[in-house]
Amino acid sequence: MDIFLQQIINGLVLGSIYALVALGYTMVYGILGLINFAHGEVVMIGALVSYSVMMVLVPSGLPPVLLALISVLVAAPVCMALAWAIERYAYRPLRHAPKLTPLISAIGVSILLQNLAMMIWGRGYHAFPDILPAIHFDIGGAQITLLQTVTIGLAAATMGILAWMIQRTSLGQAMRATAENPAIAELMGIPVNRIITLTFIIGAALAALAGLMVGANYSVAHYYMGFMLGLKAFTAAVLGGIGNITGAMLGGLLLGLIESLGAGYIEDLTGGILGSHYQDIFAFLVLIGVLVFRPGGLMGERVSERA
Amino acid sequence: MKMTARFLARLTRHPADNRVHWLAWLLLGLLLAILPWLVSAGFGNTWLRILNFALLYVMLALGLNIVVGFAGLLDMGYIAFYAVGAYLWALLASPQFGLHWPLWAILPLGAGVAGLFGVLLGAPTLKLRGDYLAIVTLGFGEIIRIFLNNLNAPINITNGPQGISAIDPVHIGSLSLARPIDLGFVQVPSLVSYYYLFLIAALAIIGIAIRLERSRVGRAWAAIREDEVAAKACGINTRNVKLLAFAMGATFGGVAGGLFAGFQQFVSPESFGLLESVMVLCMVVLGGMGHIPGVIFGALLLTILPEFFRHIAGPVQQSLFGTVLIDPENLRMLLFGLSLVLVMRYRPSGLWPSPQRRREIEDVQRADAPADVPVSPM
Repeated sequence: MDIFLQQIINGLVLGSIYALVALGYTMVYGILGLINFAHGEVVMIGALVSYSVMMVLVPSGLPPVLLALISVLVAAPVCMALAWAIERYAYRPLRHAPKLTPLISAIGVSILLQNLAMMIWGRGYHAFPDILPAIHFDIGGAQITLLQTVTIGLAAATMGILAWMIQRTSLGQAMRATAENPAIAELMGIPVNRIITLTFIIGAALAALAGLMVGANYSVAHYYMGFMLGLKAFTAAVLGGIGNITGAMLGGLLLGLIESLGAGYIEDLTGGILGSHYQDIFAFLVLIGVLVFRPGGLMGERVSERA
Repeated sequence: MKMTARFLARLTRHPADNRVHWLAWLLLGLLLAILPWLVSAGFGNTWLRILNFALLYVMLALGLNIVVGFAGLLDMGYIAFYAVGAYLWALLASPQFGLHWPLWAILPLGAGVAGLFGVLLGAPTLKLRGDYLAIVTLGFGEIIRIFLNNLNAPINITNGPQGISAIDPVHIGSLSLARPIDLGFVQVPSLVSYYYLFLIAALAIIGIAIRLERSRVGRAWAAIREDEVAAKACGINTRNVKLLAFAMGATFGGVAGGLFAGFQQFVSPESFGLLESVMVLCMVVLGGMGHIPGVIFGALLLTILPEFFRHIAGPVQQSLFGTVLIDPENLRMLLFGLSLVLVMRYRPSGLWPSPQRRREIEDVQRADAPADVPVSPM
């Protein structure tokens, strides 16, 4: 029982991070119909920038919480600028090209960013400093650390603000209109290009936060971390129904839970034939399963036919 | 290479002038026949090895071209079929299980099994739209790699991350390509005999690809690529034809994989990562999707240029700045990423597209041109 609960807690932490990254994918896909392949790398840059900022500030003796706050305040603008540049130079010129073209361009950006990061931060793994004191809370035999609590809480709060913004503000309204039909939105006086740029920038800010969370929770950051994370977050977005904001949050949490429960129990279920190193397979099995049986995802409309 | 091809195209433009046509092909054949000797004499065995890999990549790119270029199905896990072919060879011709099957048994089997995997991947994904398909195939490729990485316990099948070594070299009867072959008047080094084997295989695959493109199935693939609903309305059994595309493409990959295992005599999961899939896809797209000469050009360019760069970047930096500022490997990938973005921006239909494909893309762009609003064609 306590193992079960423990895996649920771990799954929720992982899931909140997936959800934050998945939001970036889903917002861009909802508006442009483009898989922003480079989004995972933006998360990676976010994590590494906040790592560097913390390392620079550690000797100043500031409390670690403040360090984390400053580092995210630096990392978020960096990621936002990066996302702006990616959108402006790699995607916007290709809006009228066939679908494969922006995808290849996105792969190019992804390779570029990875190698840029490798040049700046090197090939090694970087150990993240502890942000919060190691305090545990006991819940029914399982332990949850302060850091995990804060991660889940912060992710929930961020997603709440985003949901409010999209549903209630005029910017959100413009975003929804653009996603619905860009041509008509333009006719209604919505600056479509600016809305698209803003969508990328908002996604990047969430990515920076997610990057810090990954670094803090798994206390490691390296140049290659964005790829798998991005892939899984995309899976989460598809699971929830791509283009659907609530779906991305739900899909992220669900995928986190599936992964951590799966990794925790696969050994018992298969009698020791498959071990927890098959954890990465779950995401893909879930993805294939969802697309085959419910192509629109849990909360999306059906998209099985080619448009 | 491109210059030669252009030159050839000019020579062969008038079918009436048969003599020139014939002469051009003869010249190309001669060039291909003496190329390994020239390369090994002029640049050394490293470059001959690279040339052999270039031929393997030509096969892979042509296989993927069937799926992506002809049928318009975006497959991002294509390297999985290469892995299947390579591992099948590795398991059936190495001390791993003590099996030592001959070439003519493994290669067709490898092609068949890879084709089967192609159908396995294709069947559940037939209904998916382009970019969804991309992600599912990407996941499929990763699943295969993860299994290869972990199938060393509880029963050791793939030997895990260490990979399988001491694989039998390609051999025909008692004639092993791993040793120099004595023809009486000349000694053929191992790398050169592999070159000829790969050249024959690549030419066969080019031939099959050309025949396929012009066949009834090839026309059905083109129809599906242009408009699936219309193709269906014209009476094409889209399900079977798409499955066939997956199977055919995978078969090519399986053959190339088998040859790779025999050539390297070592396979490990590391050779079959996502980056390899992406690389092959880039060869197809950069070269010009669906255009066989373009794809061959793309494959040659993307294997040879980065290697060229790797060998040149270090020394150039050394002489310019006195030290190596940026790791050449790092710089190579950096420029690769950058060139993908730039080529897609300035030549979205590839470096050497087929005239038909270029028209299609220009049509789409013209139709959308007036308003600067995002639309998603295709």
